[in-house]
Amino acid sequence: MSRILKDPRLLLLIAIVAAVITGLGADQMNLYYRGVIIDIGIAIILAVSLNLINGHTGQFSLGHAGFMSVGAYVSAMITLAAQKSMGADALAWMFLPALLVGGLVAALAGLLVGIPSLRLRGDYLAIVTLGFGEIIRVIFQNVEAAGGASGLSGIPRMTGLTWTFILAAIAVYVVGCLVNSTYGRGFIAVHDDEVAASSMGLNPTRYKVTAFVIGAFFAGIAGGLFAHHKTTINPQVFDFMKSFEVVVMVILGGMGRTGGVILAAIILTLAPEFLRAVAEYRMIIYALLIIFLMIARPQGLFHFGRKRKPLTH
Amino acid sequence: MNEISQQLVNGLALGSVYALIAIGYTMVYGVLRFINFAHGDVFMLGSFAGFYLAPQIAKWFPLPSWGGWVAVMAATMIICAIIGIVIELLAYRPLRNRPKLTVLITAIGVSLLIQYTCQHQAFFGASQKAFPPLLPSGNFSLGGLSFNTTQFVVLGVTLVLLAALTFIVKKTRIGMAMRAVSHNSAAASLMGISNSFIISFTFGLGSALAGAGGILYGMTYTGIEPLMGVSVGLKAFVAAVLGGIGNLPGAALGGLLLGIVETYAGGMSGVSTYRDGIAFAILILILIFKPTGLLGSKQIEKV
Amino acid sequence: MGASLLELENVTIRFGGLVAVSDVSLCVSEGELVGLIGPNGAGKTTVFNMITGVYQPTDGKIMFAGKPTTRKKPHVLTKSGMARTFQNIRLFGSMSVFDNVRAATQLHRAHGIRQALWRGRSHHAGEKEVEDCVMELLEVFSLQDFRDEPATSLPYGGQRRLEIVRALATQPKLLLLDEPAAGMNPSEKEELMILIEFIRKRFGMAILLVEHDMKVVMGICERIAVLEYGIKIAEGTPKEIQSHPKVIEAYLGASGD
Repeated sequence: MSRILKDPRLLLLIAIVAAVITGLGADQMNLYYRGVIIDIGIAIILAVSLNLINGHTGQFSLGHAGFMSVGAYVSAMITLAAQKSMGADALAWMFLPALLVGGLVAALAGLLVGIPSLRLRGDYLAIVTLGFGEIIRVIFQNVEAAGGASGLSGIPRMTGLTWTFILAAIAVYVVGCLVNSTYGRGFIAVHDDEVAASSMGLNPTRYKVTAFVIGAFFAGIAGGLFAHHKTTINPQVFDFMKSFEVVVMVILGGMGRTGGVILAAIILTLAPEFLRAVAEYRMIIYALLIIFLMIARPQGLFHFGRKRKPLTH
Repeated sequence: MNEISQQLVNGLALGSVYALIAIGYTMVYGVLRFINFAHGDVFMLGSFAGFYLAPQIAKWFPLPSWGGWVAVMAATMIICAIIGIVIELLAYRPLRNRPKLTVLITAIGVSLLIQYTCQHQAFFGASQKAFPPLLPSGNFSLGGLSFNTTQFVVLGVTLVLLAALTFIVKKTRIGMAMRAVSHNSAAASLMGISNSFIISFTFGLGSALAGAGGILYGMTYTGIEPLMGVSVGLKAFVAAVLGGIGNLPGAALGGLLLGIVETYAGGMSGVSTYRDGIAFAILILILIFKPTGLLGSKQIEKV
Repeated sequence: MGASLLELENVTIRFGGLVAVSDVSLCVSEGELVGLIGPNGAGKTTVFNMITGVYQPTDGKIMFAGKPTTRKKPHVLTKSGMARTFQNIRLFGSMSVFDNVRAATQLHRAHGIRQALWRGRSHHAGEKEVEDCVMELLEVFSLQDFRDEPATSLPYGGQRRLEIVRALATQPKLLLLDEPAAGMNPSEKEELMILIEFIRKRFGMAILLVEHDMKVVMGICERIAVLEYGIKIAEGTPKEIQSHPKVIEAYLGASGD
């Protein structure tokens, strides 16, 4: 039994099957709950992909929403264009390819952002990634084909429970398998001590860029799912606050702990739903939470010491 | 006067505001090696302080007038200095020995806290307010360029504050202590300098300047709202990096340059909508090609 | 004496106005154990940093295995066969003892992302190979019982040993040890000396050793070079160095701790 639990491919298969089964029953589900669960799935993908960059590899990126927006826009533009020339049935087949293309373009953006940025450290890298995120936003605000400041609407609602969770499972699988291999130990080595890592023959730049590109790819996928879930997108949605929300998930979950990060994504997506009563104070509570976390428990809520050392040493 | 010189004046006015805020960033970075994300929000608080103080001060100094303006400026700068010191004490000091990233995230948290609290109806509310006129309107002519009173004052005040700051940093003992702490805080404390005091002082000074910037901004652009600190703050930060982070004259230079470039870009068709992205583009270019900025110096990592 | 492995020719480095190392020439042949000593601040670690590509010399040439090292990044040089330890231990703090060594095996492996994701038979075979290799190394240095402990939980001497093991995992031809005996007590130093001799014999590699402790240096080095203020003031066998007037003057009679 424990062999099954240890084999990631088997776990992935089980997750996919579970997603399909759940998806079959999705039609009976209350539309609102369904929406929230999809939001959770998207958040998981975002959190796990950012975790690869921030948590595992230690590159503090504040521009994740930028990659998400690239995926959102590219996939939406594809399906919107396809919608004009295809019938509804054919259109359904376009969903996955559109998502994939969105992810790939986002990955390309990750490459373009990563290569110049990754020679920078700490605060500087954070600011530059923030800058890139903002530049991407300004670009979309000005591109007519992407709807300019009003964005795109009427995007076909094609995001369902099944695909969201299959893709979330794949994201978790990819990041997990990557990091837990001997190759993947390189990410953590670069995080811990770049100089020592390079002295042990590991190319820090290559690891950083790889993390960025893979992280950006999945952010793009999440963006595509998001676009086809909300059916309208505009540049303001993918602002710094969005990036920061994902950063909080990663920190809350304990940078680098995949399980913790997933839990944090779930909690932080559900919390606003439960805190409807104090919705107007939501951002204030958020900010206080962050300050509190950083002062009192920077290693995140789900980090219990032992194997991985916390961010603060 | 032609369009280009007018833009230059506008650019210098905007750049002065950036410069005043950028100095605060650079001073704090010089002393603590960290980017105070919340600095831009102190600028915003300065504007609002002016907005709420003006009617009160008008009871003693009728506004608009020079006397009233000085009173508003002074009061705001003092208030902002206190705010800056308090923020450092509550949010950053407990994290003195933590990794820089922890403090950066905290700073972002503080910034968000200030923004969203101020947006709440109980405080300032989210809508834009009209900044009251503080000075009698008028026009000046200097060297072929035409300034209105506000622009003239903005530039003048910035120059005066800059000169005062340079004097403090270069010629006073406390300025020397600041420089000592920014070079080597351990050695400085061994020399009997209280790092805590110097840090508080630096925060206070930088915040006072940001507050002044807030007033000047309000006077120039008249519309103020709680989220204005974000973009202005970020651009001022870019200005600080442009000039060389940690370098005071660099921050001023960077601010003025950025203000001029942005204003010209805003006037050029085809580029104007990208105006907000220009600061970021400059940031990225600088960090890639000359990370130490225009006037900064290289730092070598010891292995 | 084997073929020449490492050659420094008139190497100089300037940091701004400060000349840290000036006109230093040094050779290490295959299988040799050479010591580099000198008072504090003499530039020994700087020489290491130049050899390993962390710093670029301002003047002069460094050749390793017949190829110049100019402008090559540290990870490239490590791949070509040199590994090092650090004066202030630089282990991978958030990883276990096992993983520290494991990370250092990657550079020569052909398995990367594809295998990690597909998780097929070749991946598992590869991981098994790594496991065996790492455990073998850990056993040689008596660290196998700590394999899953955080690397930084080891006692000081253990951490220093782990750093050496990690460097060995990269299969170097030249091992650069930067003050491996620092902070050790006399019996630990004895063990270290035996260990270094053992490494040399078992793995047949050249070793360049920076050390302060004269007993350690004199005890195991075949040849010693002495630096003072960035300049090489003497080179020779331990006996020659011990009685060299300039060396004695440089240390002012201090015989190390």
